[in-house]
Amino acid sequence: MGYEKKKILCLILFLVIFPVLVNYIPAISNYLEVMIFAGIFCLVTIGLSLLMGYAGQISLGHAAFLGIGAYSSGILTTKFGLSPWLGILAGVALSSAIAVVVGIPSLKLKGHYLAMATLGFGEIVFIVFNEEVDLTGGPSGFADIPYLHIGSFEFTSELTYYILVWSVVLIGLFFALNLIHSRVGRAWKAIHGNELAAEAMGVPTSKYKLKIFVLSSIYASIAGSLYTHYICFLNPSSFDLFWSIKFVMMVIVGGMNSVWGAIIGTVLLTYLGNEWLTAFKHFDVLVYGFILLLITMFLPGGIVSLPEILKSKRTITR
Amino acid sequence: MEPLLETTGITKHFGGIQALNDITFKVRPGQIKAIIGPNGAGKTTLFNCISGVLKADKGDIKLNGQSITGFPPHKRAQAGISRTFQNVAIFPEMTVLENVLVGRHCRSRCEMLQAGFRTRSMRNEEREIVEKAWNFLEFVGLENQTEKRAGELPLGDQRLLEIARALATEPKIVLLDEPAGGLNTKETERLAELIHQIRDSGITVLLVEHDMNLVMDISDEILVINFGERLAEGNPKSIKSNPDVINAYLGEDIDYSDL
Repeated sequence: MGYEKKKILCLILFLVIFPVLVNYIPAISNYLEVMIFAGIFCLVTIGLSLLMGYAGQISLGHAAFLGIGAYSSGILTTKFGLSPWLGILAGVALSSAIAVVVGIPSLKLKGHYLAMATLGFGEIVFIVFNEEVDLTGGPSGFADIPYLHIGSFEFTSELTYYILVWSVVLIGLFFALNLIHSRVGRAWKAIHGNELAAEAMGVPTSKYKLKIFVLSSIYASIAGSLYTHYICFLNPSSFDLFWSIKFVMMVIVGGMNSVWGAIIGTVLLTYLGNEWLTAFKHFDVLVYGFILLLITMFLPGGIVSLPEILKSKRTITR
Repeated sequence: MEPLLETTGITKHFGGIQALNDITFKVRPGQIKAIIGPNGAGKTTLFNCISGVLKADKGDIKLNGQSITGFPPHKRAQAGISRTFQNVAIFPEMTVLENVLVGRHCRSRCEMLQAGFRTRSMRNEEREIVEKAWNFLEFVGLENQTEKRAGELPLGDQRLLEIARALATEPKIVLLDEPAGGLNTKETERLAELIHQIRDSGITVLLVEHDMNLVMDISDEILVINFGERLAEGNPKSIKSNPDVINAYLGEDIDYSDL
């Protein structure tokens, strides 16, 4: 792990200090919980950043995979008494199977058409969550979902869940960074750069596009299961189109060309959504739109590109 | 000698336009062979059919006696056909080194799980990939620019990079689509030398080129096509004096003695 060691260490350091800070500053006492959600969403956006930023394929349906993971482990544990860990695995299996079925035809599409196809897929899943009342509880959802546990130890407190979620995020980040610096990651970048040339250089492009689509669905599915076993209650509203768009936005605001961008964007927007924009109530959508507008106009590389831009500005003025 | 590449009756239509009609030709191993013809003759279409970017309507393509007609492009690369593109198709956002690393894709194996957990076999393979890529960058003379974004290179270097990337796939035959396009005289001289070196390293070269001096200078054999039809084939000397070629391609009133 020669590369990006510093950044990883910084992140781990921050994650260790953060709960201590929260503990001592009463004004931000609820920030730890927000950070748990941020971590869960980070898992989704790390996968999405690989899909969008590296392989160049857009998805406006990733909230559906979050939902599939959430409902799989929610239903299996609550109604069939399965262990939550097995529930997570079942969610992963189901998500990847669905990703294969959806991905094979839709990944032949490009640009807006792919966006429309994945958007349609997300809507279908959302409708299923609402209408399959016997299984999903319909629009009102269902409750009493068990906590995650190891032996008799239950992940119920904020701090333990914070540790659990961010450990998973770190593993996910590790995996993603390793992939990026491998032939697999380079194949994705090549597809993004020039699909025809990638194919002519021996990259089986359709197979690789499907692989990243499935992988990103697995990230989202695990995130969904972690979400379920934290709030212990499920209804479809967390998995609608708005959330799919929000995930894409997190990736773009942070910076598409780097998984670090996904993490920064996700943490920032989660705090905006859960804390700082609550005063706007339903008008927060407007604020999101405005932020997206500003970023795409003035900072197309996202927040992570800021230091580089400042650096190059400084050298120019000199 | 057994041909390395052999096409029989390649035919390709685009709607009502006949781009290629019944093209049959062979490339022997170790040759430098050029395909020439006026603009729109179907040279690039022929290249696309051989590399698999386009599917021919009819005809058969054999590499080393094995039919590869049904292969998608990535399998043809694996089988030993590599190429460059007329309009330079590098990966602009990747570094020069990374571009060539992509060329090693079909000669390496490790999959997602090994890569994601960075297993020992993956690290060993990665080291080998990078080492080999450096060799090809040195071969074309780009070893001092490896960390630059490929899109920032001048056109001449981009063409060299494309050649390095194509060679990195360890092809049996490399197809160069107008490699001298946009190059100045000096760069073209270097290119000629490079093409000879490629052949000397045991790789067969098939090229499409408009620069007649270059073609006549380096080719062992030339295939001339016109309006999608095979017009003539032979060594540079016989092509220069072939009346059909002169009529169709070079024009009638030029003195060819100094070509």
